[in-house]
Amino acid sequence: MIRFVTSRLFRAGLTVLSVMTFAFVVLRMSGDPAQVLLGPDVPQNVVQDFRDRWGLDDPIWRQYLSYLQAMMQGDFGLSMRDRSPAIDLVMQRIPATLQLTIPALILQLAFGIPAGIYAALKQGTLADRSVIVAAIVGFTVPSFVMGLLLVLIFAVTLGALPSGGASSWQHAILPVLTMSIGGIGVLARFSRSAMIEVMGAPYIRTASAKGVSWSDVVRNHALPNAAVPIVTIVGFMVGSLIAGAIIVETIFSWPGMGRLLIVSVTNRDLAVVQCILLLVAAVMVVSNLTVDLLYGWLDPRLRQTTSAH
Amino acid sequence: MTVTTVNPPRFAKRRRARLPFTVQLALFWLLAMVICALFVDLLRPYPITQMNLSTRLAPPGTPGHWLGTDELGRDVLSRLIQSVRSSLVIAFGATLLSAFFGTLLGFMAAKFRGVVEHVVVMLADFQAALPFLIMSLAVLAFFGSSMLLLVCLMGFYGWERYARITRGLAISASAQGYAAAVVQLGAKPSRVYLRHILPNVASTLIVSMTLTFPEIILMESSLSFLGLGVQPPDTSLGNMVGFGREYLTTAPWIMLSPAVVIVLTTLAISLAGDWLRDRLDPTL
Repeated sequence: MIRFVTSRLFRAGLTVLSVMTFAFVVLRMSGDPAQVLLGPDVPQNVVQDFRDRWGLDDPIWRQYLSYLQAMMQGDFGLSMRDRSPAIDLVMQRIPATLQLTIPALILQLAFGIPAGIYAALKQGTLADRSVIVAAIVGFTVPSFVMGLLLVLIFAVTLGALPSGGASSWQHAILPVLTMSIGGIGVLARFSRSAMIEVMGAPYIRTASAKGVSWSDVVRNHALPNAAVPIVTIVGFMVGSLIAGAIIVETIFSWPGMGRLLIVSVTNRDLAVVQCILLLVAAVMVVSNLTVDLLYGWLDPRLRQTTSAH
Repeated sequence: MTVTTVNPPRFAKRRRARLPFTVQLALFWLLAMVICALFVDLLRPYPITQMNLSTRLAPPGTPGHWLGTDELGRDVLSRLIQSVRSSLVIAFGATLLSAFFGTLLGFMAAKFRGVVEHVVVMLADFQAALPFLIMSLAVLAFFGSSMLLLVCLMGFYGWERYARITRGLAISASAQGYAAAVVQLGAKPSRVYLRHILPNVASTLIVSMTLTFPEIILMESSLSFLGLGVQPPDTSLGNMVGFGREYLTTAPWIMLSPAVVIVLTTLAISLAGDWLRDRLDPTL
């Protein structure tokens, strides 16, 4: 088990390092970092101070090391907009993004998994078919279309809900709905097929044959085994939630990190973009690591091997 | 008891279904889209940039403009047909690119093992650690948007899936008799992999391509919707939805027609892909 955890931790560290390297390489390829990260009209002494601190006059490998060091210390450069540290700008926006992503994740889990399991247990019935159709519609409609359709129905036609802004809790309803619908579809479809696969396994037949009641078979034999693949997909969904937040925040003018990213990309405010890039990578690595460890806890067989590929 | 009721209907259905009605519809829609993309110049009633301010925001059904016109009086149908072309061309090019590089890296990992394999796995981890939309936004922020960059960028989408599949399959194939036999006969690695192992993993790769293709369409549409993908005067489906969004209250048709095309196209590819997967490779 210790070996399993350390190998996972090592890989997580390596992944963060490769994302930082990616940012470093792309940043160097696109021009002089001092110009790029500080903007054009900065006093000469600030530029020189920045060059010294980041060691921009050093050989490239020294630069790489000092770049990593600066990253570790949370020094991501200054935003072009108001010369404040990029990290502060990003941090201010995180609560607003969490206000959308956390309820959306809860909705996805609360509706997606039960719907999928229910459909699997009622396979072939009308209930099953409706879940499949709803799931397919849920995830083939892209979030920007879904969001605009919801605005068209609930804000423009019915006038029941606000179409943008963040001044009250009602403003969060449409964005959270938009973000969760696709994920509910993905989770429902995935849980359904995971559950169907498990229900066809020989150990389920054995359990039924020796007289275990159906509800006990489902609860004690099927669900724990179906949990392994479902946990994996939930890990992936954290990534799609973050990507979804970018689009949804743009549609609904929600003042979160996603909108900040779009504005920064449009204005080429690279310090902020880089900061968000690394932050998202860190969140993803932590969530993938959690999934891997949960995996090891759920499925003892995986603790034996060092590589799960 | 559940077991006996669960399995047989599935198999029975799979054997009976030669071409289900939904799949026929899906294939018909896809064919129509491909025809649109190929014969865009013949089908398009007006040039996409032709403006006519006297017929601005004409609703659908107006004679001469069956899907209406946009805020500059440009014909929505013409722009739609052009957009189908750009979205399909980008998605097609990108799918081929990512399948090529993914397969190449997967084979290399399987052939050389050791360090090469670790590097490929590390790159795949890197790709998994960054939501693709975020990575694309970062690259576009650093380099600015252009059509070539967009296709190349989209070509990175999903390569790790092919790499993972081909690596696994190639390793297990190398252990099988046929690969060992051609190696013993003195075939070069390129011949073993391209002539003998590739045909055996091709069906799995094709199924993966049908999974990646709609995802690339959605990714490109999302980027274009955000105003960072295809740039005017070129047009794409996402780009039309993005600009149509500003006229949501007064002229929703500008946004609705490309939205419907996006949804139907991805839905059709998913349906056709599911059917293909059942036929070619039920294990995926």
